[in-house]
Amino acid sequence: MKGLAIKNLSVSVAGKRVVNGLDLTVKQGEVLAFMGPNGSGKSSLAMAVAGSPKYIVESGQVLLNGVDLLKLKPDERAKKGLFVSFQHPVEVAGVTVASFLRMAYLAKNKGKKMGFGEFGKLLSEKMEQVGIDSKFASRELNVGFSGGEKKKLEVLQLLVLEPEFVILDELDSGLDIDSVAFLAKAVSEMVKTRKIGVIVITHYERILKFLKPDKVGVFVESRLRTVGGREIVKKLEKEGYVNFREAGV
Amino acid sequence: MQSVVGIDQSEVSANKERSVVRPNKGISREIVELISKEKNEPDWMREKRLAAFEIFLKKPMPTWGADLSKLDFDEITFYLKSDYGKYESWKDVPKDVKTTFEKLGIPQAERKFLAGVVGQYESEGFYQSLMEKYSKQGVIFCDTDTAIQKYPEILKEYFMTRCVSIADHKFASLHGAVWSGGSFVYVPAGVKVDLPLQTYFRMNAKNYGQFEHTLIVAEEGSSVHYIEGCTAPKYSSTSMHSAVVEIFVKKNAHVRYTTVQNWSTDVYNLNTKRAIVEEGGFVEWVGGSMGSGVTMLYPASMLIGRGARADHLNIAVGGPNQYKDTGAKVFHGAPDTTSTVVSKSIVFGGGETVYRGLLRVAKGAINSKAHVQCDALMLDDISKSDTVPTMEVFEDQVSVGHEATVGRISEEMLFYLQSRGLTEAEAMAMVVRGFVEPVVKKLPLEYAVELNRLIELEMEGSIG
Repeated sequence: MKGLAIKNLSVSVAGKRVVNGLDLTVKQGEVLAFMGPNGSGKSSLAMAVAGSPKYIVESGQVLLNGVDLLKLKPDERAKKGLFVSFQHPVEVAGVTVASFLRMAYLAKNKGKKMGFGEFGKLLSEKMEQVGIDSKFASRELNVGFSGGEKKKLEVLQLLVLEPEFVILDELDSGLDIDSVAFLAKAVSEMVKTRKIGVIVITHYERILKFLKPDKVGVFVESRLRTVGGREIVKKLEKEGYVNFREAGV
Repeated sequence: MQSVVGIDQSEVSANKERSVVRPNKGISREIVELISKEKNEPDWMREKRLAAFEIFLKKPMPTWGADLSKLDFDEITFYLKSDYGKYESWKDVPKDVKTTFEKLGIPQAERKFLAGVVGQYESEGFYQSLMEKYSKQGVIFCDTDTAIQKYPEILKEYFMTRCVSIADHKFASLHGAVWSGGSFVYVPAGVKVDLPLQTYFRMNAKNYGQFEHTLIVAEEGSSVHYIEGCTAPKYSSTSMHSAVVEIFVKKNAHVRYTTVQNWSTDVYNLNTKRAIVEEGGFVEWVGGSMGSGVTMLYPASMLIGRGARADHLNIAVGGPNQYKDTGAKVFHGAPDTTSTVVSKSIVFGGGETVYRGLLRVAKGAINSKAHVQCDALMLDDISKSDTVPTMEVFEDQVSVGHEATVGRISEEMLFYLQSRGLTEAEAMAMVVRGFVEPVVKKLPLEYAVELNRLIELEMEGSIG
């Protein structure tokens, strides 16, 4: 299958189980909203799939287009087409956005020759698409960026690196409504044109207005409680997660 | 890109030694006399050498900083004269030396972006050139031995007199006795040398001590950028490098002194570098200290005129079996003087770096500003980094600041970069590049590229 298949995945961090026996499939071109209350373990899923050394995989498989990502190093996962946008992007002093992205681009596109000038063109095109001022190219990576600017930069990276599968970890937190719309549409465009698969991790409905999910998963207390259609979003907005909490226990 | 500071030791191994004068190992009055005689020096210089030698005998070894107990003067050859001669045209330089230097990127670099070049092999300079444009304006750039013969009046005034004296400390005295080679730069009043002048030092013989003396005099309102690159091939026995650099920055003059040193790890690198900066003058020290086993180096700026300014930027890399004791000394001796020290060190593989600084503000140096920033980045748990800042402030109406950080590469940072497709080594190199960026961006582009490459080379195999 083309897409991401998570099979019986259990993850712990600092001795605590944060993802419990998760089964989930998202095909290329599909968008899944992964919703749950604070502290339910949603971000742990993102970090474990990306390969954070802090998250210990106890069991399971994560197959991207049939390849088990869990056997690969983080950079190899990225090279296979995975992109995880961070809830809290990290600041790297002294490294400009442009030089970082060029290196990442060349790492992804092995053997491709691209000078600074040519890459600069590509970068400024993409920056326009996410509404980032071109001055940011020479800023230090995430250093002194506002929360919203960091999120825009995550989407910029996504557009430059052109992954096949994307996990957005609370892209909407810390963003004003206009920016949510703008970034969500940029990702939505990639779903349409490049048939990327997307997992959108979020608490809120609003991002889903612009990045319409095909499926909605509800993740409460480290377990996936249900997967259904868009109607679940409405239900959650009205009732909260209480029912799911009870249902699972 | 062609290497300009000459780095890859593996590409440029030792040449066959071609010395015509090689005195016995160790140091004695006879050897000092011999050096002076070989150079056909005037009496004043011979006497200076002998006076320095007497002081050297009396001075104790320094007991602070690096461990020098394994440095045995009896095992060092203090002077080597090769049969190479001196050349002003590159095509006349003997083939084996030419090949060495061409591998190191000289003279391609000269054609591209330098105003003049001096090359030194073992104890003496063998090649020098200066753009006509500058020689016509009275700029002098030659090896220091030549300068002693050709410009005795200037040399008598400035050579180891009021900047670094022959009685300064044991290694300054030793240097005064056995110095050889180095560069002399003289820039007349008002002349601005727009392109850098570069000297390239190569130590080739083993168990050898190199003691080059560099003297820069920038007259009122002039400016110059001087660059030094140093390397030596790898031997398993001890060699020693003990240079003295004296810089005179006259009223409103500007001197930038840049050095990228990449000695092999058997070298004791013990240097004395000092600038006297007069009213409105500005000295910049930009240094990258790679390689060598033991390094002690603290460039000093004496700000003696109102409004004089000093910037010190240094990167020290301490890998396996390396001890880097580096820092800066600044004396604020006049009102409105300003100094900035930025020191960056990277340690890994069990290496050790120490930042040792002295900041002294004299009574009466009102409205002076001084800021010291030293940052260490540790790549593993077996390496060490330390900071020994000393501040002596005798005036109240001043602004003095000191910040020191010791950081580790954070796992989060590496993971973030890796998640974008960089390997662990690439991610680590990127973080390190970012860390040294504030200093590297002060270097000419060719050096910046080279220094980054050098740091990566040094780190290779030590990470991951």
